[in-house]
Order: sequence, then C-alpha cells, then structure tokens
Amino acid sequence: MLAPAAVGHLLGFSLYEGLVYGFLALGVYLTFRVLAFPDLTVDGSFVLGASVVAVLIINGVNPFLATLAAIGAGVCAGLVTSLLNTKLRIPALLASILVMVGLYSVNLRIMGRPNLPLLREVTIFSLASQLPGLESRLVYQLVVAAVLGAIVFFVLNWFLRTEIGLALRATGDNEQMVRGAGVDTDKTTILGVAIANGLVALSGGVVAQAQGFVDVNMGIGMIIMGLAAVIIGEALFRPKGIVRLLLAALGGAFVYRLVLSIALRAGMPPGDLKLVTAVIVIIALAVPYLQKRIRREWLPPAARW
Amino acid sequence: MNENKSLLELKSITKIFAKGTIDEVTALGGVDLDVKSKDYIAVIGSNGAGKTTLLNVIAGVFPPESGEIILNGRNITKLCEYRCANNVGRVYQDPHVGTAAKMTIEENMAMAMLRGQARGLRVATNKQRRELFRAALAPLGLGLEKRLGALVGTLSGGQRQALALVMATVSNPAILLLDEHIATLDPRTAKTVLDLTDMIVTREKMTTLMVTHNMELALKYGNRLIMMHEGRIVVDMAKEQKAGLTIGDLVAAFEQAAGRKFVEDKVLLRQ
Repeated sequence: MLAPAAVGHLLGFSLYEGLVYGFLALGVYLTFRVLAFPDLTVDGSFVLGASVVAVLIINGVNPFLATLAAIGAGVCAGLVTSLLNTKLRIPALLASILVMVGLYSVNLRIMGRPNLPLLREVTIFSLASQLPGLESRLVYQLVVAAVLGAIVFFVLNWFLRTEIGLALRATGDNEQMVRGAGVDTDKTTILGVAIANGLVALSGGVVAQAQGFVDVNMGIGMIIMGLAAVIIGEALFRPKGIVRLLLAALGGAFVYRLVLSIALRAGMPPGDLKLVTAVIVIIALAVPYLQKRIRREWLPPAARW
Repeated sequence: MNENKSLLELKSITKIFAKGTIDEVTALGGVDLDVKSKDYIAVIGSNGAGKTTLLNVIAGVFPPESGEIILNGRNITKLCEYRCANNVGRVYQDPHVGTAAKMTIEENMAMAMLRGQARGLRVATNKQRRELFRAALAPLGLGLEKRLGALVGTLSGGQRQALALVMATVSNPAILLLDEHIATLDPRTAKTVLDLTDMIVTREKMTTLMVTHNMELALKYGNRLIMMHEGRIVVDMAKEQKAGLTIGDLVAAFEQAAGRKFVEDKVLLRQ
C-alpha cells in the first residue's frame, strides 16, 4: 500500500492534470457534444498552442501574453476547420483531419525543430513559484491550474447562457429550428469550433510550460484522451444543465488522469497509454450499442461520417 | 390597415428539382398567389402537388427557379432561410423539427422570441422574459408555463407541437406557415392543437397559410381555400364561396379544374 502522503500527492497531481487537460476536454465537449461537430483538429491545435507558447517565451515574451497568443492560434486553427466545413462543404471529420495533418508542418515551422526545451525560461509556473507559500512544485502547479480552470469555467458557464451561446447550443441540437429562428448556423458553428480549439491550444500551452518542453508529436491521441474524459464524465456524473456538464468534462479528465497515474505506478509501460485509452473509448462507445442489441431493439446501419 | 392590402405576392413561381437530369421534377409550375393581410388560407392538394415546396420557397429554404416573391412590398425572392425568418413563423409536420429536445422549454422560447433579432451577450433567459414566456404558454392550458425548466425531449408529441406553435407565433411574424402540423398527432391531440391554432391565429389576426390533407378541416377553418395540383393552384375560393360546401363539392371542383377524374387519392379524402 502507498503511504497517505503518496496518495495525497497522487490525487493532487491528478487534480492538476485533470484541470489542464480538462481545458482540452471542454473543447472536445463543445465540438462533439454541444455542436455535434466531430472535430479532430485537436491533435494539431494542442501542439500549436504549445509551440506558440514555447517560441514566444524563448523570445522573452511575458508568459501570460504568450498563453493568450496560444489561445488565439488555436482559435485560428478552429476557424480554418469550420470554414472548410461550412463554406466549402467538406465533411467535418475530413476537414478537421486535413487541418490536423497540415498543422504538423505548421508546428514544425513555428518551432524550427522537432522539440524545444523550456526549462530555464520564465513561465506562468515559474512566476507562480516565486509567490509566498507556493514554493512546492505540486502546490504552485495546482494553484495555477485552479485559477485558470476557474476563469475558463465561469466564462464558459456565462457564455453558454447568453443569447449567442444559446443559439450555439441549439445548433447542435436542431439546426433546422435554429435557422428557422433566424440564426445563421454557419456562424454559430464557426464560432463554436473556434472557441473549442482555443481551449485545446490553451491546454497545450499550459502543459508545455508545466513539463518544460514541447515536442512536435505531443499531440498524438489527444482527441481520444479528450473524448475519454467527456465520456467518463458523462457516465460518472450523469449531468443535466450547463454547470454540471462543464464540471463533468473537468471531472472526467481528472478521473481519467488519476486512473492513468495509478496504472503507470502499477508498472504499465508508458508506451501502452494510447492503446489503453483507445480501448477505453471503444468500450464506452460500444456498450450502449450492445445493450440495445441485447434488448433486441432495431438499430440503424452504422454512420459513415 | 386596409383589409385588402397585399401582404405576400407570389408571381409566376417555378421550382424544378434535379433540373437537367432524368429525375427532373417540376414541383411548382408557375404559381401566382396574392395573400392579403390577415388572410387565413387553407391549402389542400394530393401528395406531390407542391404544397410543401410552396412553403419552402416562401420561407427561403431554397430559391425558386423563376418568379418573384414580394412580402410587404419588399422583394424577398433570393433571401435565404435565416434571413427570411423574421418575417416567417413555421410549424412543421414533425414536432421534432420545430423544437430543440436537449434544451429546456424556456431556452426554446428564448430562441424563438429573438427570431430575426440581433443576438448578443446578454443572458438569454431572465425574470422578465420568463414572465413573457409564461404569458404566452398559459393559454395552451397544458401547464407548460409551470415547467419552464423541463427539457423539451421529455414532452409528448402533442405538447411539443403546441410549444412549436407558440414558438412560431411569439415573435409576431408577418406570416405563419403551418405545414400539415397536426398530421402526425393522434385525433384528440390533433384537435387540441388545431383549436389552439385557431385561437392564436384569430386572436393575433395572423396572416396564415395552413397546408392540410384533410378536406373537412380545409372547409371548416380559414377564410380562404386554395387547392393545388401538379405544381399549380387550380382552385381559389373566398370564404363566401366555400361556406356551405361539402367534401363532394370540393372533389367536383377539383375534377373540373384539374381536368381529370378524382380517383384513388384516398389521402385527400382522409378525415
């Protein structure tokens, strides 16, 4: 058994990870669940946020400004994906894969090489560590993540209740009705996908600063991790209403990271992480279908898009 | 306002689907229609007569191949659906189309209330608006005004259609389009929704086009009746003409106008 201190550290670390990867989960929740727009840009926009932060910080830019710039870069990536979909009518899944692949080259260009260290640079974490009482690595990581998490949570909770936010949510629910109510659903889709990728890039930018390096391959499988967090959150918290839905995405990310940390400590090779995550998502997607099969309900053929 | 003023004018509207292919279908073959302000028009016709296409063209779902649509003196022929929306309220055959299932009643109402208006960053539902929603929903007598926070997906088909009706009319659109809006409801619910329709249309003196398959309803409701056949309007009766008519008279009028025997079109006769 682990000592209580180790358990506390494990929980605290997972909480921190749950929050920073929670931004990504919130982005995935916005596209997949709110907008019903399967957006795979995530793998690219996560690294985009990280590389923008890294290059700006190395060039002496204030880390908070650099983090804001990362959000802006993510928004741009989301704009490209959603414009490909709404203006050129490329299916969402394909449009986002195209942008994801394209972003790999963009990220390499931004960084100039496949990885960049950030170890002795000024980051939002190194700034926080200078505050009194925040000397311990875990404490300052948690505090930074919690402050950012609170800001993101309150902004999203407010935005999704506004008139524009309502139109955005309705777009994923019943696009026909929304157009009938006089809303250009192209615009709400573009806005939603842009915000979602801004959140993903924020996640990438914060993770880069916390781990002290950026690697061009750090985004692989991030979309699946985000989906896993959303699915776990929905299964565990059965949320109704905006507040609980947002908390479920963050909570799902926390539980997912906690389970992973435990598995790694128990000796699972880190290389197996992606496969385990993929299997978790496959099971989560297959269970509702198999339940219906067992009840002999009629089911439509599989969707191709 | 002058009773005889034209509100909506359709001038030789044609709509052809799959043009230039072997599947080419002329859904509207030159429709002229002059809708006066406060008209309550029942539109009948068999399947494929072009009734729904007519509503879609008016609502801007797709533009016509030729012809003009003038609403309140303004040419709206080329306006797409969401730009048309501040003029047009619509209830569809399927209750699922007019309402958003994963949102609450008050959120649905807020979406509908802002039809055609600029949407901003104000919170969409507040105390004042809730009062408005309650006032709009209470006359339905379905108790929806006490369940503003309930998800619309939990309502029955009839309740959803009644809500869709209120949503289509709450922003006071220039014209209300009802597309067989009671066709999928069971007879009792259909009657309730129809009575509600009549109440709202009469109270608000709303200019209305009501598409139906049911000749009896078409005779009973509205101050004008038009019958469509193969993409054209073949019968257009004012209230005085249709008063006292029977379904048999209507069938005879149809046969005369369409120039063919009225056969095997059971749907048209469904009661």
